[in-house]
Amino acid sequence: MREALLGTPLARVCCAVLLLVVLAAIAGPWLSPWDFDAVDWDAIDSAPSAAHWLGTDGVGRDLLARTLTGARLSIAIALAATLVSCVIGIPWGATAGYVGGMADMAMMRVVDGLYALPFILLVILLVVLFGRNVVLLFIALGAVSWLDLARIVRGQTLAAKNEAYVEAARAMGVGTPGILKRHIVPNIIGPALVYATLTVPGVIIAESFLSFLGLGVQEPQTSWGVLIADGAREMRTSPWQLAAPATMLAVTLFALNVLGDRLRDALDRRPRS
Amino acid sequence: MSRYLLRRLVFALVTLGAVVTVTFFLVRLAPGGPFDGERRLPPEVEANLRAAYDLDQPLLVQYGRYVANLASGDLGPSFRQKDFSVNELIGMGLPISVGVGLAALSLALALGVAGGTFAALSQDGPRDRLLVLGATLGLALPPIVVAPVLVLVFAVSLGWFPAGGYATAKHFVLPAITLALPYAAAFMRLTRGSVVEVLNRPHVMTARAKGLGRFRLVSRHVLPSALLPVVSFLGPAAAALLAGSMVVEEIFSLPGLGRYFVQGALNRDYTLVTGAVVVYAALVLGFNLLVDLCYARLDPRIRHA
Repeated sequence: MREALLGTPLARVCCAVLLLVVLAAIAGPWLSPWDFDAVDWDAIDSAPSAAHWLGTDGVGRDLLARTLTGARLSIAIALAATLVSCVIGIPWGATAGYVGGMADMAMMRVVDGLYALPFILLVILLVVLFGRNVVLLFIALGAVSWLDLARIVRGQTLAAKNEAYVEAARAMGVGTPGILKRHIVPNIIGPALVYATLTVPGVIIAESFLSFLGLGVQEPQTSWGVLIADGAREMRTSPWQLAAPATMLAVTLFALNVLGDRLRDALDRRPRS
Repeated sequence: MSRYLLRRLVFALVTLGAVVTVTFFLVRLAPGGPFDGERRLPPEVEANLRAAYDLDQPLLVQYGRYVANLASGDLGPSFRQKDFSVNELIGMGLPISVGVGLAALSLALALGVAGGTFAALSQDGPRDRLLVLGATLGLALPPIVVAPVLVLVFAVSLGWFPAGGYATAKHFVLPAITLALPYAAAFMRLTRGSVVEVLNRPHVMTARAKGLGRFRLVSRHVLPSALLPVVSFLGPAAAALLAGSMVVEEIFSLPGLGRYFVQGALNRDYTLVTGAVVVYAALVLGFNLLVDLCYARLDPRIRHA
């Protein structure tokens, strides 16, 4: 794990970048002298300057403050959605793997079937029809991103269920739910959570898609997708409005992908008993 | 093989049925209706409208009628766009969406397989490193970032391609590139990984030991088995491509299926939304069947099962 995160210069840079992005998102309101929704009447649609390091948008709001506030919401939604995907994916995969037989086949068939579906449509339907609020957004995103996790957890469970301690628990008369809860899940949760981090970039992309289309995060709240949509509209005359959020999104995704790959490789290479 | 395909076909039809059912009830159970507007309609008018569109019937009866019509290929009238049937609206949007989608998928596949094979052949060399880094970069560039930049550079500054519209083939170049980029990267990583693995298999070593040229080695002995994971990723990729295609249609002002879907959902145009979802799902499931067919042709274990 340590090796995966800090093993090469590129990995170290990515770690530093992510740390920086997260810290900046947390400290955003204190870092910038401007509020994300404060209007500076003297600097409407102004290019980057000493007062506004990343420029301002069409109504004079500071883009540094807005990008950092957007980062907050984008990252928060990604984490919350990933948590939701864990809540669904881990029990699903563990149950399928442990129970086996017909139940396993049926449950994994459902996963296969869902893979082939254009899920984003369902998320769009949900948020459009039932109101565009952030809670629904991350629940919907989480509810459609648990498939990979379920597959991985099932694989881990298949390996774990023949271990001696599981056999011992079964011999002592522990029921299936008990074994799953007390013996299987605690033992696979570590790698499962590492794999769960691999869902984060996907959720960030999905959230930015929806917000870009005007279906996700709504004004006055803002996220990277909202900012990029705003910036794209004005890019011919004020390209800096697009530059700040787009760069931040791309850099974050790049760092997440690099680290995710290394984590995946590290887990895959571990010898399985 | 025919049994395998038959099973996949039945599976696809069942899935499609489930999609139709879920969408049908979801849009109708949501708050708001197609005739809510700024001004409230007089109750009699609204009652008449509801009756005209069968909305006064019990939900199950509506569902039965919808499915019966669907079986004969009729998606019903649009609730909001008067004088248009959903079939007509979708008939206008579909060719554009399918055109962009197929162009993007082919481009992604060509770039990805070529790049991945090159990278694998010079494994761990500088060319490989560069390609892998490029792929990681490609994955970090979603359409909402790439599209505006491409428009700015190639449409506004250089003027090589139009920034929007759908009149000529030239209009589809930028949308297709935008959409293809992340999938090209994904295909490349898949191809690279599996070519590296196949290169070490005994049959490839034998072929190499017999002095086979590099091109024949790769095209005859490596790629046919190395491409299996790539082919099986085509299905999920096609499904995921839809999300991107909606964004791309928005940015390049292409009146494709995605626009009708989003519009329909916002307007509570029940039949239009359901129709768009049905067509999307049918496209993706049909494409998956096609992928299964290719898979069966490529993999003798399935062919002879």
